[in-house]
Amino acid sequence: MFRTALRNVLAHKARLLMTVLAVMLGVAFVSGTLVFTNSLSTALQNSSAKGFDQVDVAVRPEGREDKGDTVGKTPELTQALLDRSARVPGAASAFGVVRGFTALADKDGKLVGGGFQSEGGNYWGTKDPRYPLVSGHAPSGRGEVLIDSETAKRAGYKVGDRVRMSVDGPVLTPTVTGVFTTDDGNVAAGGSLTLFDTATAQQLFGKPGTYDEIDVTAAAGTSQTALKAALDRALPKDTVETTTGKQLADDQAEIIASSMSGLKQGLLVFAGIALFVGTFIIANTFTMLVAQRTKELALLRAVGASRRQVTRSVLVEAFVVGAVAGVAGLVAGIGIGAGLKALMGTLGATVPDGPLVVSPGTVATALVVGVVVTMLAAWLPGRRAAKIPPVAAMSSVHAKATTKSLVLRNTIGALFSAAGVAVVLAATSMDGSDGQAPMGFGAVLLIIGVFVLTPLLSRPLIAAAAPVLRAFGVSGRLARQNSVRNPRRTAATASALMIGLTLITGMTVMAGSLQTSIDKMASAAIRADYVVSMANGNELSPDVERTLRKTDGVTLTSPLRNAPSRIDGQTEYLTGVNGAAIGRLTDLTVEEGSFTVGGDRVVVDDETAKSHGWTAGSHFTVHYEDGKAQQLTVAGVYRGNDMIHGIMLDTARLAPHQRDAADMQVMVKTADGASGAVKDRLEKALGSNPAIRVQDKKDISNEIAKMFTLMLNMLYGLLAMAVIVAVLGVINTLAMSVFERSQEIGMLRAIGLERTGIKRMVRLESLVISLFGGVLGIGLGVFFGWAAGELLGTRMPTYELVLPWGRMAAFLLLAAVVGVLAALWPARRAARLNMLQAIKSE
Amino acid sequence: MTTTSVAGRTAATVAARATDLSKIYGQGETQVVALDRVSVEFRQAEFTAIMGPSGSGKSTLMHCVAGLDTFSSGSVRIGDTELGSLKDKQLTRLRRDKIGFIFQAFNLLPTLTALENITLPMDIAGRKPDKRWLDTVIDMVGLSGRLGHRPSQLSGGQQQRVAVARALASKPDIIFGDEPTGNLDSRSGAEVLGFLRNSVRELGQTVVMVTHDPVAAAYADRVVFLADGRIVDEMIRPTAETVLDFMKQFDAKGRTS
Repeated sequence: MFRTALRNVLAHKARLLMTVLAVMLGVAFVSGTLVFTNSLSTALQNSSAKGFDQVDVAVRPEGREDKGDTVGKTPELTQALLDRSARVPGAASAFGVVRGFTALADKDGKLVGGGFQSEGGNYWGTKDPRYPLVSGHAPSGRGEVLIDSETAKRAGYKVGDRVRMSVDGPVLTPTVTGVFTTDDGNVAAGGSLTLFDTATAQQLFGKPGTYDEIDVTAAAGTSQTALKAALDRALPKDTVETTTGKQLADDQAEIIASSMSGLKQGLLVFAGIALFVGTFIIANTFTMLVAQRTKELALLRAVGASRRQVTRSVLVEAFVVGAVAGVAGLVAGIGIGAGLKALMGTLGATVPDGPLVVSPGTVATALVVGVVVTMLAAWLPGRRAAKIPPVAAMSSVHAKATTKSLVLRNTIGALFSAAGVAVVLAATSMDGSDGQAPMGFGAVLLIIGVFVLTPLLSRPLIAAAAPVLRAFGVSGRLARQNSVRNPRRTAATASALMIGLTLITGMTVMAGSLQTSIDKMASAAIRADYVVSMANGNELSPDVERTLRKTDGVTLTSPLRNAPSRIDGQTEYLTGVNGAAIGRLTDLTVEEGSFTVGGDRVVVDDETAKSHGWTAGSHFTVHYEDGKAQQLTVAGVYRGNDMIHGIMLDTARLAPHQRDAADMQVMVKTADGASGAVKDRLEKALGSNPAIRVQDKKDISNEIAKMFTLMLNMLYGLLAMAVIVAVLGVINTLAMSVFERSQEIGMLRAIGLERTGIKRMVRLESLVISLFGGVLGIGLGVFFGWAAGELLGTRMPTYELVLPWGRMAAFLLLAAVVGVLAALWPARRAARLNMLQAIKSE
Repeated sequence: MTTTSVAGRTAATVAARATDLSKIYGQGETQVVALDRVSVEFRQAEFTAIMGPSGSGKSTLMHCVAGLDTFSSGSVRIGDTELGSLKDKQLTRLRRDKIGFIFQAFNLLPTLTALENITLPMDIAGRKPDKRWLDTVIDMVGLSGRLGHRPSQLSGGQQQRVAVARALASKPDIIFGDEPTGNLDSRSGAEVLGFLRNSVRELGQTVVMVTHDPVAAAYADRVVFLADGRIVDEMIRPTAETVLDFMKQFDAKGRTS
């Protein structure tokens, strides 16, 4: 029997090819998703990984919590502590680490490694073991820096070049004195690292004479734990904490793993869907295969094969096909994963650089999916094959693919769909996070329900297309009838496309709606022409505001300066603003009192006011970070939003209590309003600093849009995969259909339908099936997008549903393109069919 | 033997004519001659049967004359049209407008009703069927009550009657049948052959049919015998017995030679 099965696999090459292709698609989809997601997550993971080779024990300041009326202060790691650490028994050496943001411009003045971290640090002494020099020598003073070799290559810098850079505002133009290599993952992923000599770094990063960390290396023969114990004894316990290098590495791995888990889960959902769709393609193919072979299998039964032997022969065939296709699918999947990564890179989506990751898990999954899923999918058709009566061998009539009633299927589908809709609707009326789990559950139920119901839905939906198809004459009419001829097959083909489009449409609807509402919130509250901020969200030096205020054409400026404080035993962040200007730079709804900031009069957002029980005219005591207390008066209560909220007081009040003032943003109003020329002037006034962004309202909107675009790009990458699989799935189904109907096609040709007419017939069938899948997917997607929005709306007052009509039309067009593309080959095949052979074949 | 020379019957108009028709498969040693310079005429309003043993080339002859297959040399004319010079598109048009087909496997579209199957060639051409002619044809094959049925709801004999009606409906110049009764029981077969004969006698149709069944051949006005790709004989007004006798003789000759 085994030999018969094997012969069977080999005897029909075309059929074999198509079956293998179907299984391969499923496997390729799954393994492609895995390769893509693994590569992405590994790259992200590496980007935040840092080597701890040079660290045996790290000494870090111990943070203090805010207590009572005092704001906790972080103790400083002084030179004295460093010296003491170096003298601890068992310590070989100790060096101080200083870190900070350092933006580096390329030759065109653009930020290097945009989107990733631009970091700065210190080069210890004349030879720092952490950073081996490739060329040049150690830097000294503000005029000299080192840059990492990757950045040097990317920006085209070499030793001796002058570079433009900025740490917290002012522009520096030092000379590159050397290039170094590093195992810093941030650099590997596309970020930049610039090193100064230690004293300069301390000054630039605003920490004169102190360090962020002291790294101690152990003398030969001293273990990390022994050194840690020695350091613990020698150093003041209440100001520092010590950690071994091994512990640091472990902690970091854990942090990265937990921060990655969300992303990984999301991507795994996609892989799961891939598997689901793949299984259906495979099962579909085997069902067709068995139907085509009815006569052959009946003959086996007639000459004495038992039912079990017939089933087994189908399963053996499935095993062989699954194994071959699993390997081929894995290879194709790796290709798809690599292609997707490259595609996203060229489309300008910022994805971290990294190697392609093919984990053993991926390989195992691909093979298991290939073999196990194929055999499972073949099991039902195999049993059906065994039930073929031996007498069928004598019949000359084609066995019908499947004539089993759809009643049971429709009932199950209707139940699932109804339950899904009910649960999703119930979830929309719940509050925020409570509704998430039920909504997800309902969505899964509904998708399964619709999936099961697709054969039923195919008739009315495709009938709706009849008037359009009628314009194509006989070809159109035949195409419509062919597409509803085997509802199960049509459904299985269309659902591959449906599921992909459901997800993508849902996400697009949600992202679009969210973007619009955030946009509205952000720009509606701002009356300033420009908002100036640091490229990475860091703080600006107060010099920036001073410079801007003196610039030609600027009429009003105000910083938004953060300062921690304690009020009523709670930590509250105060926002220091220019009290005289802020009212004209923002456009906030005043709910109570007046929007006056100055002296001891402050304004408070509605939520903060409520939590403290304040109204206009209330008095409260604030404890600044330097420990001083002061009484302030609530002049007004305004409606806060995600961008502007909190307690606003005049910087004049705040300044005396702050050690280093740092501004989150500076708002600027100019005499002439926002224009390109004004923007240029502001940028020039700030020294064309690569690290500083000058944005008008539109830029802010664009930036918000960029955030969403990045997310959508990732999803569209996955959509691309769903589309590829959908195309191949449709090709497969059509090719099988053409094969099955070759007799009919031959007859149509004989009685006078031209080749173009045959081609048109196949193409239209493909188009109809694809559009059917597209309409279902987009419909479901909009429903889910709406439902998820209802949930979000409970937390976001400005939320409103925005239907991206353009995108939706594009998706539908995409479905149509899938249909046309997929039909190219089968249509050609059908038109080229040898009509005489086709008519004779039975 | 009642063989008569072709020359004596040239009075009637010729519907289709093959002259020196050859069809050769393969090259060199593997070369197979399916048709060897066959010349034959099919006259209007005549029912011709083509007979011969398996591999004699009878189906190939029909396929070439009907524009379904290409030939190696010689000429084929349907009416005034020479097929050898036609492109695929023109051939398709010719088949659609001038020729009707009846196949052994009924070859109906399962998704169309009986009536839709009958009017299919005219739908393809985008022509409106001649209502009165259509009714006549449908009446003749006795399908009036079953026009809304799909092929799967019809018996084999009824399906072949639909195929006969389809071939007749577009009033073609000539109808070709490839073993039209091969898949039918004898009663249904007799019905279908009766319809074909009536269409010739009463409606003036021209029918050419390939068959290996002497009983079927007896319905024809004339039988053309083929062997080894050549026309070996011809019989006018055949009966089942005369055809059977001829075949027996022919087989015996073939075995002794």
